[in-house]
Amino acid sequence: MTPRSVQRTLRAGAGAAVLLALSACSSPGGSSTPGSSASADGSGNVSGPVTVFAAASLKESFTALGKDFEKAHPGTKVTFSFGGSDTLAAGITGGAPADVFAAASPRTMAVVSDAGGVSGTPSTFVRNQLEIATLPGNPDRITSLKDLTGAGLKVVLCDRTVPCGAATQKALDAAGLELTPVSYEQDVKSALTKVELKEADASVVYRTDVEAAGDKVEGVEFPESADAVNDYPIALLKDAPNPAAAEEFVAYVRSAEGRKVLTGAGFLAP
Amino acid sequence: MSTPYRPDSGAEIRTGAGTRGGPGGRRARVGAGRGVPLPLLLPALAGLVFLLLPLTALLVRTPWRSLPEQLTSAEVWEALRLSLICASAATAVSLVLGVPLAWLLARAEFRGRGLVRALVTLPLVLPPVVGGVALLLALGRNGVVGQWLDSWFGITLPFTTAGVVVAEAFVAMPFLVISVEGTLRAADPRFEEAAMTLGASRFTAFRRVTLPLIMPGIAAGSVLAWARALGEFGATITFAGNFPGRTQTMPLAVYLALQNDPAAAVALSLVLLAVSVAVLAGLRDRWATVR
Repeated sequence: MTPRSVQRTLRAGAGAAVLLALSACSSPGGSSTPGSSASADGSGNVSGPVTVFAAASLKESFTALGKDFEKAHPGTKVTFSFGGSDTLAAGITGGAPADVFAAASPRTMAVVSDAGGVSGTPSTFVRNQLEIATLPGNPDRITSLKDLTGAGLKVVLCDRTVPCGAATQKALDAAGLELTPVSYEQDVKSALTKVELKEADASVVYRTDVEAAGDKVEGVEFPESADAVNDYPIALLKDAPNPAAAEEFVAYVRSAEGRKVLTGAGFLAP
Repeated sequence: MSTPYRPDSGAEIRTGAGTRGGPGGRRARVGAGRGVPLPLLLPALAGLVFLLLPLTALLVRTPWRSLPEQLTSAEVWEALRLSLICASAATAVSLVLGVPLAWLLARAEFRGRGLVRALVTLPLVLPPVVGGVALLLALGRNGVVGQWLDSWFGITLPFTTAGVVVAEAFVAMPFLVISVEGTLRAADPRFEEAAMTLGASRFTAFRRVTLPLIMPGIAAGSVLAWARALGEFGATITFAGNFPGRTQTMPLAVYLALQNDPAAAVALSLVLLAVSVAVLAGLRDRWATVR
């Protein structure tokens, strides 16, 4: 992590200018909303609450970004709802009052945009690559995806219905491997938890999850993960209660500082 | 609900039941006084609507056309079979351990009984996912007790069907214990005492006198526990994982289907609902005769 002071100077300087420029050119006339409690004056100063629905894998980095955003824009309050992208998408199409949606896959974003819930076009802001998570010290000496098929090894995978599981399947197909896990987990965090608790010997999760788990798991990169890189799209929502501040937040996520926090957490630049 | 409230309708039912006893005229007036009072009837109907509305919505939105296709899938039957087996096994475990525990709480005098009773109901308030994590920490391969199970007996519970039963029993047993304990407290202990003065041991008195006496409570508790086990999701997926045919019960299949095929999820929920209603209705009839 970069020291706070450095971030602050960056933000005060070039960052703010970038934000202004971005929000100015991408504004689809949404900066003035009558009847909204939020305000946006000409200089891009926004206020009010911003509700962000974000994929579970963004938890650590978005929480940090939210704090930085609130500091840069006094008067704003960023609230997050982290969860499985599918669940979040279902919530948004069901009418949940969210401003921004950051999904872990284009497919889940399409659920919302197909229902006409997105303002503008969703754009990829990061990408995430898979990694094998093993027990600390890698006692089973796993070095490749093929090693996971070894007998006596307890492997948990994400279910194929969730983004990390779909990506894992793609990587396995690319490697021409058949892998029968002991369990298909409901999301990437529960797959990781099984390894953290040493109930499973290995799992295939995102690089960012391995990063976030610290020394509780050990990451092993594998070449086939290049065939299964996940794009993370972000979008301003059509029914956003606070579109001005929401737009500013999206711009902040996509800014140089935002990118720095995200790549620091293990994400790849788009 | 469009049925208008008629004070007389209740009375008619009462008279109907009472005609065996004598002429209807006098009883009808008595019955009118015992009609359902409005302050009870209105919230009762509202409660009924509140409970049934989501289920009705499920029926309304069921993709009836693709239903046969959903129901012929082998995975669905596998999940349903596993659900029924595991819920029944969990109920059996709850009975074997729960009835004696309820007896202990209701009949035995010991210090800290109130605390033990509170602890027994703890799984009721624990979010099931937390219960699943707690089970992993206790009985997992690396758990407090689980590591000994693993090294001494070679038993590992997570990711096995036995693990599903353990998770479901953990969540469902308190329902049985509470129900049986309540019945035990309501049952007159003097029957047991009389049996013992006639020479029966305390265990014989329990087996021959108490047990038949509290059967309705045991039946009600078993039904509650079974229903809870059948719908159990959080503890199961956390402790036992999700693998088709081994640990994937219906609620797990429904949840995962919801991720990318909500129509299939609705169809699956309907199957689970239909089966549980059938079983519960069947049991209810038998259990009513026990009473």
